[in-house]
Amino acid sequence: MTPAGGALPITIRDATKAYGRIFALDNIDLDIRSGEFMTLLGPSGSGKTTLLMVLAGFTRPDYGSIKFGEREIVRTPPHKRDLGMVFQNYALFPHMTVADNVAFPLKLRGVSKPEAEQRVEQALETVQLGGYGERRIDQLSGGQRQRVALARAIVFEPRILLMDEPLSALDKKLREQMQIELRRLHDKLGMTTVYVTHDQREALTMSDRIAVINHGRVMQLGTPNEIYERPANRFVADFIGESTFLPVSVQDGVANFAGQTLKVAQLPGSTDHLLLMLRPERLQLITNGTEIVDDEVNAFRASVREMVYQGDSFLMYTALEDGTEVTVRGMTRRDMVSNLPAIGDAVQLALHSDDTVLVAAGEA
Amino acid sequence: MKWFSRPASETQITNGQRLWLYVVAWLVMIFLLAPTVIVIPMSFSDSQYLEFPPRVWSFRWYEHYFGSPAWMQATATSLKAGVLTMLVATPIGVMAAYGLFVSKMRAASLIFLILVMPIMVPVILVAIGVFYVYVKVSLVNSLLGLVLAHSILAIPLVVVVVSSALKSYDMNQEMAARSLGASRFKAFMVITLPQIRFSVITSALLSFLTSFDEVIVAMFVSGGENSTLTRNMFNALRDQIDPTIASISTIMIIVSTSLLILAQAFGKSDNES
Repeated sequence: MTPAGGALPITIRDATKAYGRIFALDNIDLDIRSGEFMTLLGPSGSGKTTLLMVLAGFTRPDYGSIKFGEREIVRTPPHKRDLGMVFQNYALFPHMTVADNVAFPLKLRGVSKPEAEQRVEQALETVQLGGYGERRIDQLSGGQRQRVALARAIVFEPRILLMDEPLSALDKKLREQMQIELRRLHDKLGMTTVYVTHDQREALTMSDRIAVINHGRVMQLGTPNEIYERPANRFVADFIGESTFLPVSVQDGVANFAGQTLKVAQLPGSTDHLLLMLRPERLQLITNGTEIVDDEVNAFRASVREMVYQGDSFLMYTALEDGTEVTVRGMTRRDMVSNLPAIGDAVQLALHSDDTVLVAAGEA
Repeated sequence: MKWFSRPASETQITNGQRLWLYVVAWLVMIFLLAPTVIVIPMSFSDSQYLEFPPRVWSFRWYEHYFGSPAWMQATATSLKAGVLTMLVATPIGVMAAYGLFVSKMRAASLIFLILVMPIMVPVILVAIGVFYVYVKVSLVNSLLGLVLAHSILAIPLVVVVVSSALKSYDMNQEMAARSLGASRFKAFMVITLPQIRFSVITSALLSFLTSFDEVIVAMFVSGGENSTLTRNMFNALRDQIDPTIASISTIMIIVSTSLLILAQAFGKSDNES
């Protein structure tokens, strides 16, 4: 079921869409590579869904250009764009059987009945719903509906697949299972996939690259690793993962924080208004009071304020000497739990220089 | 009497304590139904005049009705007007309801109000207005004029019924159909229409009845060979009290009630699907 003629790259130039005085899309340039799994990640109202609707053809941008391959499609109506789309609430047709739903795009393309039947069954098998063709939609669970919607979107072998938060209605366990499944399906079929979500973990799990979007602009474009490890600005750092941000001053290429020099792997280009990003899981808890002497580790003195047990991990709220609150996450392994400090104890927080990331305080 | 001490519903109140409510409810039902139902026995009377209860039973007034060319022509006019009104009002009303539903215009609710206005103002006002316009454009006493005037009254019903059906319809389905390769028109015909079909059928039946039962507008704009059944009945009542009216009424009651029951049945299954 791989797309005939291969996947298509998508080129977005200057895409702009304003609703009144609010820019849902503000001059977006984005190149989506052929066969890539690209996730548009952002909070609600960021413009990510608008961008997807522009790709699907349901929203026309005020100006800008959208190309599928070499073909300019900004004025092409949705039904002539030849792309598969999966909607948030599945949008299955309740008055048709599962097989009729999946056969719908084939019928519109004039595929002969025997061939259509065969391709429908093949698509249903691809989403692990072989033999479900005669079921009615209301006899299916949420996860099965999701699969039918997917089968319907891929059965005509589109070269581009769009997905609008397709897993948001599923419970956590099923959602995580479907994330892996969707990714495998993408690798198997090889079409260009554009996936919209507000769930950062989902984006990190599934994507080749992530475009973090806010206020109608691309805040950062990069691999999951780049986005998480080297966020371009405070918005991205804040939106992906949990972090504490602490102001840092830079003089003569040396970063200072709370009276101590920070060992940093790399300084950002601009050194105005920098923040130190502290990820709770990257801080190491030192409880035995040994002095840390390591060229590659920053150490901060702190005292324990509060502990929260979360099953697989614990959160420890600590306060630095100047009173700043910093959160540390640790796994609840036996060796860690056995010598956890009590509330009020003095501890040290160690941070490797590679994890000592400075981000610009501004957004852009 | 065990029945008296049994609970009336999921409460502690017994049927005995509820007795007054049952009496009131039945009185209201009788009050509503009696004037309509009373013509049925009257229509089977052998008497020259409308009488209740009939002393001698007979079918003669049904024979008189079916044997009268004037009554038959009026019946034909009413049926034609009813069917044509249905054919005009249903598509226009469905299109209007759909348009208002998908429209993001601020004026949409204003347009909705304008569309349903004809059922909010007294029909006599519509009738007078239509009459004066028709005099100018020579549509008085024509079938076309009658159908257009009845459509004014029927379209609001279609808009209201179909709008409420669309409210529970998920428009994303149409978007999905379009993304899968269906034009907008095709998506509406194949995906949306089948799912709101029961309310469309219901509103078509109501459109027919609106025209078939209507008398006030018909008094003003129908006449001559295009007189409706209701108009002729009204005139017959004024000129001579003839039990033929009762037999026609009985037939109309049966037609209208059956259509309303049909409409209700269809309306129900829309909600279920």
